Amino acid sequence: MISEHRELEINGLTQFPTVLGGVVPVINLDGVKQGQIRLTGTVLADIFLGKIKRWNDPAIAGLNAGIDLPASNITVVHRADGSGTTFLFADYLSKVSPEWKEKVGADASVAWPVGTGGKGNEGVANFVKQIKNSIGYVEAAYVKQSKMNYVQLLNHDGAYVIPTEDGFKAAAANTQWDKAPGFYEILTNKPGQNSWPITGATFVLMHKSQVNPAQALAVLKFFEWAYASGDEMALELDYIPLPDSVVQLIENSWEANIKGKDGKAIFSVKH
Amino acid sequence: MSKIHFAAKLKRQLLFDRIFHKVTWFFTFVVFALLAALIGSLIIGSIPTIKAFGFDFLFSADWNPVTEKFGALVPIVGTLITSMIALSIGIPVSFGIALFLTELSPPWLRRPLGTAIELLAGIPSIIYGMWGLFVFAPLFAQYIQPWLQNSLGQVPGIGFLFEGSFMGIGMLTAGIILAIMVIPFIAAVMRDVFEIVPSMLKESAYAFGATTWEVIWHVVLPYTKIGVVGAIMLGLGRALGETMAVTFVIGNAHQLHTSLFMPGNSIASALANEFTEADGELYTSALIELGLILFFITFVVLAFSKILLVQLKKREGTAT
Amino acid sequence: MIPVYTRRRIVNAINLTFSILAMAFGLFWLFWILFTLFEKGLGGISIATFTQMTPAPGSTGGLLNAIAGSLVMVILATLIGTPVGIMAGTYLAEYGQRGWLAPVTRFINDILLSAPSIVIGLFVYTVYVAKMGHFSGWAGALALSLIVIPVVVRTTEDMLRLIPDSLREAAAALGAPQWKIVTLVTWRASKVGIMTGVLLAIARISGETAPLLFTSLNNQFWNADMNQPMANLPVVIFQFAMSPYENWQELAWTGALLITLGVLGLNIAARFFLRKQVLPN
Repeated sequence: MISEHRELEINGLTQFPTVLGGVVPVINLDGVKQGQIRLTGTVLADIFLGKIKRWNDPAIAGLNAGIDLPASNITVVHRADGSGTTFLFADYLSKVSPEWKEKVGADASVAWPVGTGGKGNEGVANFVKQIKNSIGYVEAAYVKQSKMNYVQLLNHDGAYVIPTEDGFKAAAANTQWDKAPGFYEILTNKPGQNSWPITGATFVLMHKSQVNPAQALAVLKFFEWAYASGDEMALELDYIPLPDSVVQLIENSWEANIKGKDGKAIFSVKH
Repeated sequence: MSKIHFAAKLKRQLLFDRIFHKVTWFFTFVVFALLAALIGSLIIGSIPTIKAFGFDFLFSADWNPVTEKFGALVPIVGTLITSMIALSIGIPVSFGIALFLTELSPPWLRRPLGTAIELLAGIPSIIYGMWGLFVFAPLFAQYIQPWLQNSLGQVPGIGFLFEGSFMGIGMLTAGIILAIMVIPFIAAVMRDVFEIVPSMLKESAYAFGATTWEVIWHVVLPYTKIGVVGAIMLGLGRALGETMAVTFVIGNAHQLHTSLFMPGNSIASALANEFTEADGELYTSALIELGLILFFITFVVLAFSKILLVQLKKREGTAT
Repeated sequence: MIPVYTRRRIVNAINLTFSILAMAFGLFWLFWILFTLFEKGLGGISIATFTQMTPAPGSTGGLLNAIAGSLVMVILATLIGTPVGIMAGTYLAEYGQRGWLAPVTRFINDILLSAPSIVIGLFVYTVYVAKMGHFSGWAGALALSLIVIPVVVRTTEDMLRLIPDSLREAAAALGAPQWKIVTLVTWRASKVGIMTGVLLAIARISGETAPLLFTSLNNQFWNADMNQPMANLPVVIFQFAMSPYENWQELAWTGALLITLGVLGLNIAARFFLRKQVLPN
């Protein structure tokens, strides 16, 4: 597989992140309180590899002393279509489980060893709600909107965290955006006491050479406005706005990368 | 003068005739060209996977977008198994319904019941899928799956078909929903087929003292067997290509399982779920080749049913 | 030992009971499905269903854009597919005795009639959507029109064949050229029958989901531009039903009820017309 950044270059594209979000493992398990179950990355990988088959498996029970776990089979729910959510989830599992990395790997869609597939975040959430004793993964926004039960995950620094805005922000704060070409950063398994381990950004892709400069400028002006005044709206939809320092880097990159046919920069940063 | 005028008029009419003929010919050719274009475009779209995997595509259970290794075995098997389940439930029930409508029903009930069955055959398949997921699947998981596992699941030899957890969705559920969907369809065609049996034949048998069942078994069925097979084939064609009724309940997983309780995939539902989000030439091409395979399978089944039904019609012509 | 006659009667009784049970079994599921539709869908029908756009999760809304999109695409598909279907059906019935094209097309048409509709969607995707670079309402209408054509071809041919040749001969004897015989005599005589075919075709495409998935896709907003992705009832139902949100699921049931009522209504209308088709003898 060619690297994502090379792929952008080949197609004459540039990219920049817009907002941050987290991917959250969700469960349907009777008698368990919201966010009560604790899992580590390797246990999560083993569940999705089909190695851990029952909820009362010693590997899960060991992390959750005092919780009465049923002996029932775990039904794994994953995405049936390709998606960035799957990419982040699989990328995280690849970082914490060598076996996952070797057998499955990370991509927008992967060859799932076990489980049943739902179309879209909606489909996965729907199936997890419908099927008892199931586990799936969805974008954080869906957890809240559809009132699902999530789990705690052990993060890079060894702390159990629940998926919160602060957790996603912490993961972003512990990332060196200026070092990443094309802002290509996957925020999985980032250091930080509060960092949620499966975090990621959504990206906008634009052609570097624009045929219609006026239109391109309007698009960039829109994103400039969105970065400046869209934070509240993003939070309302359960997405996390980017830190101001990153926004500055992004706007600089527009000036440097996006040109008209004549080679002149379309956007100029206000200093 | 009037003679010349008449000749010109005649000539004009002949020209119109020729134009009209050509225009209708042209549109007929369009229909013909459509099928050619359909097959052609699917073949062209499949070239990358045909080049990469050749015939192995048909027999490989791989479906790995990461390593870009694709095989059609899982969806082909899923398509065939769900259709077989659908037919094994659908055939006897449709046969019973067609029998009831042609031989048993009181005459005043025949028409409303027949119309009801025909109307139900027209209900959009997405409705069956929704109902399957929200109404049927939970009940199936709660009551029927445990019961099946405790009864048939204990029978040596076939017990493995009913292993696993009770999810409500999976291959068996998809097959059952498909059966419910094709029953009115097959029943309506079968009834039409049964109705062509000349009443003289049936009445002669009754006159010999045959029971209703004997008339059906020894007169109606032998007379119409080609048509009955044709009706079943039409139903099979429908079941093989069905998308929405299956996608809701099959579970969409590219895995081979021996248990019918487990999730699987059919060609149509793989296309419905993955096509718009497939990235990479090979992935898209693999899905298009799946479509080509599906078209090929249904083409064979439909062509076969068409030939059988045409033969029955010929016979109808000679017998009456 | 049971006497032969008794045995025959028992076998008869058992099998006839089975037949009645099969009838009851078939009707049982189908009534259950219809019952569910009314139970879950009826409550959601309100003015808002027809006046508001599809909502975001958790907020209120209706199905206006989906209903409008479906109507537009179904109407366009009918307008594209019907003339093609009628002309081709006419050729098969009136000129179809000779040549290679008629028998081959007749066969092909029957295949197209029952071809998996998702493959039709795939076809339109590869020849239209992929070339244009985006999903669009036109692509959706085109895919649906490909489903209309075989239905109309089939009914047109069947209906024209029911017209007795004596009618054609009478017109020809009066000196009418063939194009006039077809357009003024046989088409007119089978007008109602052909219309029935068109109605059945509309009923068929109104509920089709699979061919729209890769062609018109879906659109959360109002859209009157046929070159843009377009909302439509079946795909909205699919998306909303497969979601975890209660308000979406409720709208999906409402949409499902609307579609089913529409399709059943069209089928009943078609039957009504067919009964009115009086054939000259």
